[in-house]
Amino acid sequence: MFENIDLTLVNWSRAQFALTAMFHWLFVPLTLGLGFIVAFMESIYVKTGDEEWKRITKFWMKLFGINFAIGVATGIILEFEFGTNWSNYSWFVGDIFGAPLAIEGIMAFFLESTFIAVMFFGWGKVSKKFHLTATWLTAIGANLSALWILVANAWMQNPVGMKFNPETARNEMVNFWDVFLSETAVNKFLHTTTSGYVLASIFVVGISAWFLLKKRHILFAKRSIVIASVFGIVSSIMLIGTGDGSAREIARNQPMKFAAMESLFEGQTQAPLIAIGLFGKAPDDPLNKESESDFLVKIEIPNMLSYMAFLKVDAFVPGIKDLVLGNEARGIISYKEKIHRGYEAQQVLRAFKEAKNNDLEEYNRLKAKFDDKEWVDNYFRYFGYGNYYDEDPNQLEINAFKIVPPISISFYAFHIMVGLGMHFLLLFVVLLWLTARNKIEDKKIVLYTALWTIPLAYVASQAGWIVAEMGRQPWVIQDLMPTMKAVSKIDSTSVMITFWLFTITFVGLAIAEVKIMTKQIKNGPKEGGDK
Amino acid sequence: MFGELSHLALQQYWWVIVSLLGAILVFLMFVQGGQTLIYTIGKTDLERTMLVNTLGRKWEFTFTTLVTFGGAFFASFPLFYSTSFGGAYWVWIIILFAFVLQAVSYEFRTRPNNFFGAKTFETFLFINGLIGTIFIGTAVATFFTGSAFSVNDMNQSQWELTTHGLEAAFNLHNLSLGLAVFFLARVLGLLYFINSVAHPEMEKRARKQLLFNGIPFVVFFLTFLIWLLLRDGFAVNPDTQEVFMEPYKYFHNLIAMPVVLIMLLIGVVAVLFGLIASIISENCTRGIWSAGAGTILTVLSLLLVAGFNNTAFYPSTFDLQSSLTIQNASSSHFTLTAMSYVSLLVPFVLAYIIYVWRAINNKPIDEDEMSSDDLHIY
Repeated sequence: MFENIDLTLVNWSRAQFALTAMFHWLFVPLTLGLGFIVAFMESIYVKTGDEEWKRITKFWMKLFGINFAIGVATGIILEFEFGTNWSNYSWFVGDIFGAPLAIEGIMAFFLESTFIAVMFFGWGKVSKKFHLTATWLTAIGANLSALWILVANAWMQNPVGMKFNPETARNEMVNFWDVFLSETAVNKFLHTTTSGYVLASIFVVGISAWFLLKKRHILFAKRSIVIASVFGIVSSIMLIGTGDGSAREIARNQPMKFAAMESLFEGQTQAPLIAIGLFGKAPDDPLNKESESDFLVKIEIPNMLSYMAFLKVDAFVPGIKDLVLGNEARGIISYKEKIHRGYEAQQVLRAFKEAKNNDLEEYNRLKAKFDDKEWVDNYFRYFGYGNYYDEDPNQLEINAFKIVPPISISFYAFHIMVGLGMHFLLLFVVLLWLTARNKIEDKKIVLYTALWTIPLAYVASQAGWIVAEMGRQPWVIQDLMPTMKAVSKIDSTSVMITFWLFTITFVGLAIAEVKIMTKQIKNGPKEGGDK
Repeated sequence: MFGELSHLALQQYWWVIVSLLGAILVFLMFVQGGQTLIYTIGKTDLERTMLVNTLGRKWEFTFTTLVTFGGAFFASFPLFYSTSFGGAYWVWIIILFAFVLQAVSYEFRTRPNNFFGAKTFETFLFINGLIGTIFIGTAVATFFTGSAFSVNDMNQSQWELTTHGLEAAFNLHNLSLGLAVFFLARVLGLLYFINSVAHPEMEKRARKQLLFNGIPFVVFFLTFLIWLLLRDGFAVNPDTQEVFMEPYKYFHNLIAMPVVLIMLLIGVVAVLFGLIASIISENCTRGIWSAGAGTILTVLSLLLVAGFNNTAFYPSTFDLQSSLTIQNASSSHFTLTAMSYVSLLVPFVLAYIIYVWRAINNKPIDEDEMSSDDLHIY
């Protein structure tokens, strides 16, 4: 089944997309959160007329601008790459996926790019209130851009609101609201944007802590800490809430991803949640019937996984083997069966295409299948599994185990993300409490912790991306299209060359960004207030 | 409202929107053109900083329009997106790199400790202006000249040449449009400087440069246009959807669609008027508006000629029947309807853009502004 697939090409294409997306995602979370933080600060300035608040606003706004530019530069690459590297994907789902991208441009990017100009060049040219409005609109615009791309991403993880059209050989949208308001989309948007708010809050408290350690700009730093800690606490609580919502939604819609996140091989009721775990031997090396988790260290919370997934302590959480091999008692269809059904759906589509020009009766009969809800729900929905079909049953079983995401990576990324999220919340609470009691300046350990938490916020953010995107492999569209079928037919050398070009560019940009950013931070806000 | 329109009517509506976005994009490429003239017009660091800043307040519009043009094209004609982007890989990647470099250059150029130095970022801006315009022009010309690709019955496409799009740059007809767009962008950039920079010396230099860039623009543009009107075009039989070659197809399209013909003529005249008036009269500072509106009309009419009146807008020279038309490449009726409702936002977007443009540009940029403490300076 894999003979027509150039895996080198698939791997380079994946590497290039991962590189671009992860690099883009280094800068976007800060934009999402810092936009609002700056808007809060400027609101206080406009309300109180206190020039110190203007100084504070402008300092963070400058950092926002530097960071924003590189987010824009990397965002356009993703849009192009959907076409350049994933052309089969762009056709197969373009009818659904394209719309959010277009709406993003019309609704969000123009808002962002128009009002950011006012934010930076409008001081003194427009009224204070109009300037403040522009700052808010820039922050809202940035978050709206995140909304639409995440709606598109959520649809890939949980394809709803569409129907396959055999004539055009693609999925077509039939209900916009199902796509827009799917539980995956809502959770993904809220969880991802609030993670950006938390990262930005960590960024602000970390840098402010550095100023306090250096005994510079004390008032500025304390005020910044107050704003960012309050925003950080509120956002962290939302982050935990939406994370919990995401977990339940994933347990239902992407049970394999859920099982991989916990490295759960055998399904069980009253399943415990692993709070901390360290693997001995990697569980997926190789992955087969005999595989199991081999933990060197494991601390569990009893019943928690069942509760997290289904809000019931005695709920059954399916494991990786239940999903691959099937579990009749629990009504779980095996991957082998899904592969057979998917293969049949693919054969029906092929036969339909062949009948088109020479057998009208057969053509109509086959076309009707795609309108038959029962057939669609029992066969077509496994369309993508058909790519793993093999006549030899042994090979087919080996292939079935290929429909599992990388387990140790998913596990570690998930646990790092959650653990750090808890650390961030605690840090905000401590900082706010100490600042309120006016003791923050003496607490060097806390200040150093805040400073060194900045890189950890980025680690957590990237880990979140890994859970979402590696955890859903091998699917680019859950159950319908595997990643290997989505690529453009180009030679792998071309993609390899562009991969390295991107790498060189990104390294250069990252160095420039970090150097500029640290210089601006060291310069600090302007002394003596602005004119 | 939109739901009752036929699929064809929606396809046409979206072809107009995509064409309009493309047309606005070409006008906004005055930013790219201006970027290639920073050293020609600005002789001192301060002068160059003024030029960079006057462009810097607009670059995001161009960039965002490019992104939105891409997004709207993807959403309304996904088969074009998958076929062209996935096939003409290198052309799109080169365009992409040119814009990635631009996006950081304004913000980073004069920041202390920027690692590469101001000159590097100015070079990036120059590369963006040179490569971005020529390659976009060349890529759009393939709407008329065709490319070598095939599309199978599952609508999966394959490029038939290993050069993956680079071959487009070696076709003289494509190149004539690429160079026309490049010189047009420079002309528009100069007109924009004349309009928005208060600096008599630089204004003088800009007017002188208008002539040097206006002439090649007219030569390349007329070459492209006359060649276009004379060449065979990719026609579609409306009954069978069969694609065939028709002599003088694009000329016929103009005759069949007189409104488009009139738009084209007015557009060309308006561009020439803005250009010539600004060369002749030293008081003329608004040439950008006439030339800009003319650019939009001209590009819009050319794109309508490419897609309307039973024409394949993205033709295949390898397999005629693989050619893309607005009918076989479009999104479903439902998606086009949903997006049409979103398109109703466009007038609001235009309204706030115009409002903000005026608020920021109500006074031409001058030397004092460059040392302002209160503004963000690039």
